[in-house]
Amino acid sequence: MKLLVCIKQVPDLESRFKPDAAGVWYNETDLAFRMNEYDEYAVEQAVQLREKLGEGTELTVLSIGPDRVVEAIKKALAMGCDNAVHIQDTAVSAKDPWQIASIISTYVQGKNFDLIFTGMQSQDRGSAQVGVTVAEQLGFACTTTIVGFDYADGTVTAKRELEGGIKGVVKLKTPALVTCQLGLNVPRYPTLPNIMKAKRKEITAIPVADLLTADLLATTTSFHPPAKKGGGIVLEGDVGELVDKVIAILKDKTAVLR
Amino acid sequence: MKTLLIGEYREGKLLDSTYELFGFAAQLGADTAMLLVGSDAQLPAYGGTLYLADASVCGEYSPDLHKQLILEAVQKENPDYIVFVHSSYGWDLAPRVAASLKVAQVSEIVGLVDGGFEVGCCNAKMRRTVKPASGRGVLTIQAGAYPVLQPGGSPAVQKITAAGGGSLEFVGYEAAEKKDVDLGKAEIIVSAGRGIGKKDNVPVILALAKALGGELGASRPVVDAGWVEHSHQVGTTGQTVSPKLYVACGISGAIQHLAGMKKSDFIIAINKDKDAPIGEIADVLVVADVMQFVPALTAKVAR
Ligand SMILES: Cc1cc2nc3c(=O)[nH]c(=O)nc-3n(C[C@H](O)[C@H](O)[C@H](O)COP(=O)(O)OP(=O)(O)OC[C@H]3O[C@@H](n4cnc5c(N)ncnc54)[C@H](O)[C@@H]3O)c2cc1C
Ligand SMILES: Nc1ncnc2c1ncn2[C@@H]1O[C@H](COP(=O)(O)O)[C@@H](O)[C@H]1O
Repeated sequence: MKLLVCIKQVPDLESRFKPDAAGVWYNETDLAFRMNEYDEYAVEQAVQLREKLGEGTELTVLSIGPDRVVEAIKKALAMGCDNAVHIQDTAVSAKDPWQIASIISTYVQGKNFDLIFTGMQSQDRGSAQVGVTVAEQLGFACTTTIVGFDYADGTVTAKRELEGGIKGVVKLKTPALVTCQLGLNVPRYPTLPNIMKAKRKEITAIPVADLLTADLLATTTSFHPPAKKGGGIVLEGDVGELVDKVIAILKDKTAVLR
Repeated sequence: MKTLLIGEYREGKLLDSTYELFGFAAQLGADTAMLLVGSDAQLPAYGGTLYLADASVCGEYSPDLHKQLILEAVQKENPDYIVFVHSSYGWDLAPRVAASLKVAQVSEIVGLVDGGFEVGCCNAKMRRTVKPASGRGVLTIQAGAYPVLQPGGSPAVQKITAAGGGSLEFVGYEAAEKKDVDLGKAEIIVSAGRGIGKKDNVPVILALAKALGGELGASRPVVDAGWVEHSHQVGTTGQTVSPKLYVACGISGAIQHLAGMKKSDFIIAINKDKDAPIGEIADVLVVADVMQFVPALTAKVAR
């Protein structure tokens, strides 16, 4: 069986974001990058299936982006992916989800993948489009937001998470694509021996120009902070003083303390 | 300008979020038609054209069939925009429709600005303005971002149907886990977020909850990591709460968390990041290390 997991590298979201020169995305200077949280669940699920199926199964991890994304790829390899594809693109942030999906689909075409895992959304762009669009472009069966996964004999049984904690149980025949939600599993931390082993795994580099055929369907015209609604008070300073201020506010503004 | 609004129906009921679509269309100043895979017995209070497919025939979750139905209505209506709620139904179906039509999708819209759509990004800390390249597009609106608007009246129903197997089989629903705590009735909730750092720190947050006479709440990562039971989770996939006081400890303020607690009377957030989106709705944002501030506050409250 051939498995693929698509990962994106995103900035640490506790960072402070500033617009880039064109004012349409963030400036990358001073940002630390890591694997998109949703994709960690996707990698873990793919690795678990890879382990369950054993010999004869191959798990590839794919990421589109500049050279820095190799760090995220290495993590996925250390978690247990067999090999990797780095689609080199220094202008990835200027592409829309349709183009990102098309690049992935063009790569996948003709390679007989049975099952593709993606995150349900990326934390920086958060469009929740790439996975489903890839499935649609390839004609794969697809379900989204999974919090439960099982595979046997060409059939995926997945649990979709719905609002309010209700779940929907779905069966799909391969070839299929699933988008993974937080809490699907417990992503492993790569161990030192596995990090060492991963260094010998193959990373195939492909220039994005070889795979990009689709045009942009949407453009971003601005990247900016939300308009401040105001109203709230911001307290900063010494912890002792902060506590006194909060106690005073609780007494003054709420019926919680007297 | 014309919109085709896609209503939502689950477990035999029209979902209230359907009316947020009318709220959005009104702000857009657009004409509307609606499509619903639902039932005769649950028609929306809306006087316009309603393309109605029977959910007992077409399924409540059968994306291939629902896509076919939508494409059929698009043929008839030729709308500029096809609009979904950004929900488990909408984010699943919208990209399929957009891909079939080869038009842009804009996800999780929170606002309208000079011919473009404003959407959140970077965990709700920032915004982007997005414009579809062609005049047409598939849109999803952020749940709760637009007012519920009931246009009133009875729809002019046009029945539609689709056939075929589809590429997946819907087996059924699984009910939400039983809750051992009803946070909905709590007057004071102190919630732990990922910012508390580790499971060992949960008792520190619980101690403040106890000192204030309240209950312990939690954000999703804290529950997913097994630090706190799911029954304490606040948010779209947890509980919706409206206490007199909500204290958010190390919680960034993602939309799915806010959806569960924004109706609280008074909100205090403790976060080391002054820009955390929780600051948008907090009455008081305490910029501090949660593990330094919370024990100090508990000590004073307990006194
Ligand atoms: C479909 C869907 C449904 C979801 N449902 C829910 C839901 O029901 N409930 C929910 O909560 N989430 C839900 N989520 C997840 C949500 O999007 C966020 O990922 C989540 O709410 C983040 O939790 P957090 O704020 O605890 O963690 P983070 O976003 O990681 O934030 C941690 C915060 O702690 C602060 N911090 C770090 N260290 C310290 C310190 N020492 N002192 C003070 N502050 C510190 C950081 O500045 C940061 O703001 C859902 C997501 C999806 C896609
Ligand atoms: N640059 C990328 N490289 C590889 N996979 C990606 C990339 N961008 C998005 N994805 C995948 O698509 C999912 C959804 O992303 P998005 O549509 O941006 O929310 C992510 O969780 C990834 O699995």
